[in-house]
Amino acid sequence: MSSTDTSHAGEILDRIQHHKGVRGVIVVNSDSMSVRSTLDNSATVQYIGMAKTLTTMSRSLVRDINPQDDLAILRVRTKKSEIIIAPERTADDREYQVIAIQDYE
Amino acid sequence: MEIVYVYTKKRNEFGRQCNFSDRQAELHVDIPPDEKLAGDYIERNPCDTGIQCSQEMSEHELNTERFETESRGINHVEGGWPKDVNPAEVEQTIRFRKKVEKDENYINIIQQLGSVMEHCIQQNNAIDIYETYFHDIESDSSGEPPSAKTINVFRDPNERKRTATSLSWYPDGARKLAVSYSILEFQKSQSDTPMDSYIWDIENPNKPELALKPVSPLVCLEYNPKDPHILIAGCYNGQIGFWDTRKGSHPVEVTPIEKSHRDPVYKGIFLQSKTGTECFTTSTDGQVLWWDIRKLGEPTESLLLVPNPKENPRPMGGMSLEYEPTMPTKFMVGTEQGSVLLCNRKAKTPSDKIVCSFTQHYGPVYAVQRNPFFPKQFLSVGDWGARIWSEDLRDSAIMWTRENMSYMTDGCWSPVRPAVFFTTKMNGTVDVWDYLFKQNDPTLSIQVCDEALNSLRVQDQGRLVACGSHAGTVTLLELSDGLCNIQRNEKSSVNAMFERETKREKILETRHREMKLKERSKSQQEKDDAEKQDEESEEDLIQKAEADFFAVIEAEMKIRDTKEKQQMESLKQMNKTLTGDGNQVNNMNEELLEKDEDEVAQSPRV
Repeated sequence: MSSTDTSHAGEILDRIQHHKGVRGVIVVNSDSMSVRSTLDNSATVQYIGMAKTLTTMSRSLVRDINPQDDLAILRVRTKKSEIIIAPERTADDREYQVIAIQDYE
Repeated sequence: MEIVYVYTKKRNEFGRQCNFSDRQAELHVDIPPDEKLAGDYIERNPCDTGIQCSQEMSEHELNTERFETESRGINHVEGGWPKDVNPAEVEQTIRFRKKVEKDENYINIIQQLGSVMEHCIQQNNAIDIYETYFHDIESDSSGEPPSAKTINVFRDPNERKRTATSLSWYPDGARKLAVSYSILEFQKSQSDTPMDSYIWDIENPNKPELALKPVSPLVCLEYNPKDPHILIAGCYNGQIGFWDTRKGSHPVEVTPIEKSHRDPVYKGIFLQSKTGTECFTTSTDGQVLWWDIRKLGEPTESLLLVPNPKENPRPMGGMSLEYEPTMPTKFMVGTEQGSVLLCNRKAKTPSDKIVCSFTQHYGPVYAVQRNPFFPKQFLSVGDWGARIWSEDLRDSAIMWTRENMSYMTDGCWSPVRPAVFFTTKMNGTVDVWDYLFKQNDPTLSIQVCDEALNSLRVQDQGRLVACGSHAGTVTLLELSDGLCNIQRNEKSSVNAMFERETKREKILETRHREMKLKERSKSQQEKDDAEKQDEESEEDLIQKAEADFFAVIEAEMKIRDTKEKQQMESLKQMNKTLTGDGNQVNNMNEELLEKDEDEVAQSPRV
């Protein structure tokens, strides 16, 4: 494990953050805890809490339909912004999520 | 009795082929009727029997138990930290985060997810796939017939049903509806009658969101348009309280009984003020009181509803109020006696405060409201109809509905369409009137329930209408597009209609006045003439009578004169004859008499 890799992950997140309209990026670990967040603490907690239940339900829906399938990405389009939730499981069955909130005019 | 007939056949003829042939009928047995048996029976004549051709059916009903749902929220708090990390300690959390970030899995996953995420974001930035292409499409809903559908029904959850006396929409988005419940019939409410009024979430008819627990049942209530957490409510005993929904079911403050109204408070409205805490209320005790909810110890101002102190010093009972924020000093009161009083709060003397009254209803005025687009025109609801008035014309309304079979109980204008208003009736119907479409009958009449409707309120967007019934059922109706989208040129045509009707009434009024004046002057003249004639004829009669009288007297006098003359002459003759022959005297006398008679006959001629 090299330090360049760590910074590489940070770079990716930074790049995402600098795209047009992106209001915030949150990384969540399997314990529903924010590893990284560009939002303030209370907003982060709120987003994580909501996203957790939503992804769980969405995933169960997808798997109920086809057990071989899995949820790849969840895009919640609202009137003001889009919440993009990307969940992923590691080999040791720990889940990470990246949540991005993108505003548009 | 058994009839037996024995066939005999020889054994050797068994199985032999039959040989059929014709033969005469022969009697085998004869059973004569037994008269005695008839005695055992009773003859039935006529005899009826029911015959059913169709299949027999039966109907059963089954209602499953209602499933009650309840919504609950979850408050998410920060968590998920390992035991040895104190989330309050910034250093510890940073250290923990750094540790996670160094995890190989983490890096891999971020790389994976990052690309996916970036892809999505770039997609969003490249093209807006949800773009609305046609922003200003005017939906033409004029073609479809007006309709309304029931969205939800909120029932009074208590055993003893009470009347939904007033409604108020939550001012911020109209997601909630506050309903006051009380029994208004005289002495009908008993000690076990519940006092609570409720705030309902319009999505959930199962359970009220909040119960308001007053000391006396609420008759009216109103949300503060500036602060949606605050409500004022008037009680049956005349007290006024204010609630803060954040502080729970109990009133924050209540006015003292001795300073409150003496009758049920029928209406309260928040005033336009800087603080947003001022309001005013009315009651059938004939008072209008102004309050500041920050200090409900005593009213800030009061007014007794006596429009004509000289003619009738008794105050009129207030039933409804109207207040237009654009005219902050003016307000209107609908009274129990059927008149609408236009008042000015800022007038110097109490008698000047009541500017004028509009009296044409035969019963209490249950609702007064200015047209939201043309504040000079207002609607009043009472007795069997609704009336539209112009502020300039005090003698007569400019437009009115036909008299209905049942009593009208409430009404209000549509906030979005100037020509539309709603009324509720005792027979449980809501009428929607579109005066541009037709004036004689309601455009839409909806039978909401079987019992009387008592209150009505339209939500600010004009699409949702809530109406409360006598038994405490609040029905939420959604109107069709045609009834809640303003139509092309509607404002100008409504304005033209109001102006035309005002003009018509004005002309009628002036004509009426002229006719009255004319009639009055005419009747005055006639009176004078008659008096003169009377005087003249009297004089004439007197003269005539006098003349007659004198004529008679004169005639009598003449007759008397001639008679006296005759007597005198006859006496003279008698003296002469007494000296001469008796016969001669007789003859002479006869002659004289004849002469006299001639003279008498001639004398009038002389």
